[in-house]
Amino acid sequence: MEKPDTTVASLAGATKRYGALTALNGLDLMLHRGELLALLGPNGAGKSTAIGLLLGLVRADAGRVELFGKDPQHIDARRRIGVMLQSAMLPGTLTVAELLRQTMSYYPAPRRQEETVQLAGIADLLQRRYANLSGGQQRRVQFAIALCGRPELLFLDEPTVGMDIDARQKLWIAIRRLVNEGCAVVLTTHYLEEAEALAQRVVVLAKGRVLSEGSVDALRSRVALTRIRCISDLDPEALAQWPHVTRAERDGERLHLHSDAPEKVLRRLLDADPALSELEVRRAGLAEAFTALTHETDSEKEVA
Amino acid sequence: MSVIATAAVPLSAMTPRRVLGAYLEEARSECLRYLRAPAFMLPVILFPTMFYLLFGIVMNNHAGYDAARYLLASYGVFGVMSPGLFGFGVSLAAERDNGLLTLKRALPMPPGAYLLGKMLMAMLAAAVVITLLLLMALVLAHLSLTLPQASQLLLTGMLGVLPFCAMGMAVGVLVKGQGAPGVLNLIYLPMSFLSGLWIPLPMLPALLQHMAPIWPSAHLQQLALSALGIGHTAPWAHVLVLGSYGTAFFLFAVRRLRRAG
Repeated sequence: MEKPDTTVASLAGATKRYGALTALNGLDLMLHRGELLALLGPNGAGKSTAIGLLLGLVRADAGRVELFGKDPQHIDARRRIGVMLQSAMLPGTLTVAELLRQTMSYYPAPRRQEETVQLAGIADLLQRRYANLSGGQQRRVQFAIALCGRPELLFLDEPTVGMDIDARQKLWIAIRRLVNEGCAVVLTTHYLEEAEALAQRVVVLAKGRVLSEGSVDALRSRVALTRIRCISDLDPEALAQWPHVTRAERDGERLHLHSDAPEKVLRRLLDADPALSELEVRRAGLAEAFTALTHETDSEKEVA
Repeated sequence: MSVIATAAVPLSAMTPRRVLGAYLEEARSECLRYLRAPAFMLPVILFPTMFYLLFGIVMNNHAGYDAARYLLASYGVFGVMSPGLFGFGVSLAAERDNGLLTLKRALPMPPGAYLLGKMLMAMLAAAVVITLLLLMALVLAHLSLTLPQASQLLLTGMLGVLPFCAMGMAVGVLVKGQGAPGVLNLIYLPMSFLSGLWIPLPMLPALLQHMAPIWPSAHLQQLALSALGIGHTAPWAHVLVLGSYGTAFFLFAVRRLRRAG
């Protein structure tokens, strides 16, 4: 007997070249039911190509691509996904209700319109023409179009670009609700706090390969880094020579330190300056971890 | 390797009824979308009707009965070409550029629904143009037309738009974005002139007369003329030529679209 598999989509050794450029270099990636995976990486890392393969927009030169156990170009597989692309101009002369109705017709058992409208927060937009909406409103409509088919797997490519903070928070709530219902989500984003807030698993791509894969915490701990900020008149150049201090900078009256052993550095720091005030100690966020990770590969490359 | 057992079973299959519904919904959206876009509809309607009014009716008072009839066929063909060329070419070029086509290919839209929708839209726009021209011919030019003649012209226009759809499509897959209208005009206007839609062929230089059978619009004009009862040649040959043009452009465009997107 086979054990029930929760995989909804997978790339296995996927390779894609565009002329001399290798966009994906033997990429392995699994997506599971009810999981939100954030796909991160600098521009040109292969995120769009990976998504393009899973959506059946691009064909792999080598390796296997499966969507619900099928070729992504098979329409039955795509009937189970929803898509929000980074840039897609929907027909401007159609109303939001008409656009929804059109997309809902592609799916076997779409969500009820009221439910979609409520999830995406577009009740006030239904009768408006798409061209007359603001950028943020258009993004919300695109999100509604992505989820209206009751997909089991949702692709969200930079979903909150152009949204204000309030709209972004609402979208996050909606995404969490979908994940709770068992929908798998692939999220690509430039906003690392977005991945931090939503993702159960983060995959960092660089140069067409997986650089790091794991939970947000695991990714963060790969870069054992803590930031220390305080007001002090100690000399940053001297501090930079201390053991376990990886970086020391002055910004006005404030000092910024990076350390891989903050307890030791703090003890010495408080001794060195009894007048030190407004002390802040924070573990590195995803942003620092991400920068450190992608820089690592750059310097490896330079050495090699 | 464990087979994806649970995930591969679809929760509910798409019924044939819903598939048909998707095709209809796509066609409906495509038609609504263009009928509401004045930038598309106005030139498509105004150019042939204004030309017909000016050259076919106002300036044609003393010319013979056959001239008004001849010009109805000519401007009918002129009017039918533009929804085909521009409706397909401009929108395809734009949608390849602005991400809509990519989104549609990622979404589970049934195969061909996108092209079928545009085709129906072009046929509808062609019907509107021919109907307006027919009304002008009957009311303003007092042309006597039988019902079969009028219906045959309408049918000729609605089907005759299809090879031009294929041509527009071929341009739309070659040119991306803003460049398409210019290229299409470079095809549309000279081809209209060279196939005798503006000035009757017998009045053009002999070389151009000999070249005329190259242009699909010249063949459609012959069909339009015979619809109005002044055809000189057997229609089936022209149908065959138009069909071949349409098929060739369509196959070329589909092949390229599959490969390049």
